[in-house]
Amino acid sequence: MYRYDEFDHDLVRERVAEFSDQVARRLSGELTEDQFKPLRLMNGVYLQLHAYMLRIAVPYGTLSSRQMRKLAHIARTYDRDYGHFTTRQNLQFNWIKLEEVPKILSELAEVEMHCIQTSGNCIRNISADHFAGASADEIIDPRSYAEILRQWSSLHPEFSLLPRKFKLALIGAPKDRAAIQVHDIGLEVKRNDAGELGFAVWVGGGQGRTPMIAKKVRDFLPEADLIAYVEAILRIYNQQGRRDNKFKARIKILVHEMGEEEIKAAIEREFAAIDKSNLVLPRDAVERIERYFAPPPFDTRFNGAPAFDRARRTDAAFTSFVERNVHPHKMPGYAIVTVSLKPIGGIPGDMTSAQMEAIADIIEQYSFDEVRVSHEQNLVLPHVKLEDLPAVYARLHAADLATANYGLVTDIIACPGLDYCSLANARSIPIAQRLSERFADPARQTDIGDLKIKISGCINACGHHHVGHIGILGVDRKGEEFYQITLGGSGDETCSIGEIVGKGFSSEGVVDAVETIVDTYLKLRESPHEDFLAAYRRVGEAPFQEALYAHAA
Amino acid sequence: MAIFKGHGFIEDEWAIVADDAPMPAASAVISKARFVAEREALTARNAPLGLILRSGETLNGLEEDLERFGLIVLDIPKYTDGRSYSTARLLRERYKYTGELRASGDVLRDQIMFLHRVGFDAFDVTHEGTIAALRDGKIRLVHNHYQPAAREDEEAAPGPRPWLRVSRRNVPGAPHETGIDGGGI
Repeated sequence: MYRYDEFDHDLVRERVAEFSDQVARRLSGELTEDQFKPLRLMNGVYLQLHAYMLRIAVPYGTLSSRQMRKLAHIARTYDRDYGHFTTRQNLQFNWIKLEEVPKILSELAEVEMHCIQTSGNCIRNISADHFAGASADEIIDPRSYAEILRQWSSLHPEFSLLPRKFKLALIGAPKDRAAIQVHDIGLEVKRNDAGELGFAVWVGGGQGRTPMIAKKVRDFLPEADLIAYVEAILRIYNQQGRRDNKFKARIKILVHEMGEEEIKAAIEREFAAIDKSNLVLPRDAVERIERYFAPPPFDTRFNGAPAFDRARRTDAAFTSFVERNVHPHKMPGYAIVTVSLKPIGGIPGDMTSAQMEAIADIIEQYSFDEVRVSHEQNLVLPHVKLEDLPAVYARLHAADLATANYGLVTDIIACPGLDYCSLANARSIPIAQRLSERFADPARQTDIGDLKIKISGCINACGHHHVGHIGILGVDRKGEEFYQITLGGSGDETCSIGEIVGKGFSSEGVVDAVETIVDTYLKLRESPHEDFLAAYRRVGEAPFQEALYAHAA
Repeated sequence: MAIFKGHGFIEDEWAIVADDAPMPAASAVISKARFVAEREALTARNAPLGLILRSGETLNGLEEDLERFGLIVLDIPKYTDGRSYSTARLLRERYKYTGELRASGDVLRDQIMFLHRVGFDAFDVTHEGTIAALRDGKIRLVHNHYQPAAREDEEAAPGPRPWLRVSRRNVPGAPHETGIDGGGI
């Protein structure tokens, strides 16, 4: 993984000093809350319903054991002994005292972490495929480009006061695990016919109030032009993005209003006019970053995994864990393991300090000291030897981290909602918990198969409901929490925005409604191999509307 | 009003002239609309000419005229409005504008560093705290940057990552250093 050198350390230290000074000015009253707000947001400090929240950047979701232990220490010392992993592969602490933020930032800086640009109208944490560098289907590892873009976008003098937030995501595999088509800029690393490295570029995707799928503006952007091209897009957005209405300020609205052809032409014009002499990305500079992401020293003498085979024959719980949570690795004899943060009845994405330390111990011993945060609010152990899987499973089990539900109906994404967030209209977490309990039976979950439920407590869509196979959106109806259901959304390479199925449901009724939808799917699927999304795409909304609303008509 | 430039506050020798007011004999700053409407008469004047761009106004149509201006003022009506940052960079990098580039309006002291890096070299600010911070040398220095901007003449590229930059000279209003010399580029 990437390691700071002296330059990076100095940069973060100066930034911590600057923000500490800003906090002191706020505490002394020199800054009003209004003036402090954009400054604290640039540093990931939100004011929520009950307390300040601190969001910590986890660049493209990668953490070492040392960093994980530091997060555990912060949870224990400064928060209520837990943290919450977010859909931007970040971690947030919900019960922070403002006066302690400078100390926390100093502690984070010790382990090469910070909170820069985890909120505010700037370029946010760069996200990437959480299986990067490990997955069997990967063509090119996107992490070195994610790191280069992370650096380029950090404290960018021109692009720190954008009309609205701006999010980039990268993949390097045909399977899109980073939802790049619902990002402001999505990049797929690829090779052209001549074998040269470059990117397919998408612009203007997003969720929120007006969900949009991004437009592909370049099929192949040469590697050397990456920074100049992204800079061209950002400049057009900074100058022409709407600033009159917060809800129309994302680049997706500009792209929509200009139209695909015009935005493409505008980007190309700006890109042509940019002086690229100091923005070109030379191959040797990329190579230098790539060294940080070189494959770990795998054991290449794979000759069977007897302990793994034995456990699969004798341990049913282990076997179902392997079937759901273990994914093919590019290196024979290794596997990728998803650690579900969705225990039955639990809060999606929450983790105690003890669990963080358990993960730190496990990755130190079994996964080349690396863990990933996924945008689906789970953790990923990227490089586990097949032969070590039984031991890893036992350790996860002991830490209550062995729920075998990856991609199943109880693997729910949920935003913090009205339990924490001052923007929310409705609670998300209790809905997720009740759904999880309703579908708790493992056999039933397995029968239902792949199904992504995503819940947002307001139209800002932090819970990604627009791209949930079943999406749930909390709204406020005359002071009462109400839930709208969308069907058929997907954030992968077949990206689609879910369609509203009909009128909403009360907090009481929404769990029954989801169950009705699931039962309807089970009845109409052509075979157990036709998953929910495929069945929905075949039959459309009608059978589900019929099941949900016919009796009321 | 006093302008912060280089080492400290200086008296403003420029006057902003309303679109319908007669042009004075002295240094005058006019709007884009007036310049476009009266281009020939204005460029025939001998006295120094300045331009003020309101936020949202672009350089479009002025590209050939920029060298006529001794001052360009970019208005920042609210500190969250970042449009002028792009305009400034275009002026310095693309159009090689070398005159005074002034940020005018609602600027917080925490933005001075960014404004400096995109090419501003003078500040006409309304925020009391910012004025005090500039006067007292309380602007915080950040030396290390992850990207080139409009200060290629005064920032070092430490290598081997070609996008890194280090400020070698002071930023305006920073403590205990001599301050940049006003000219900028």
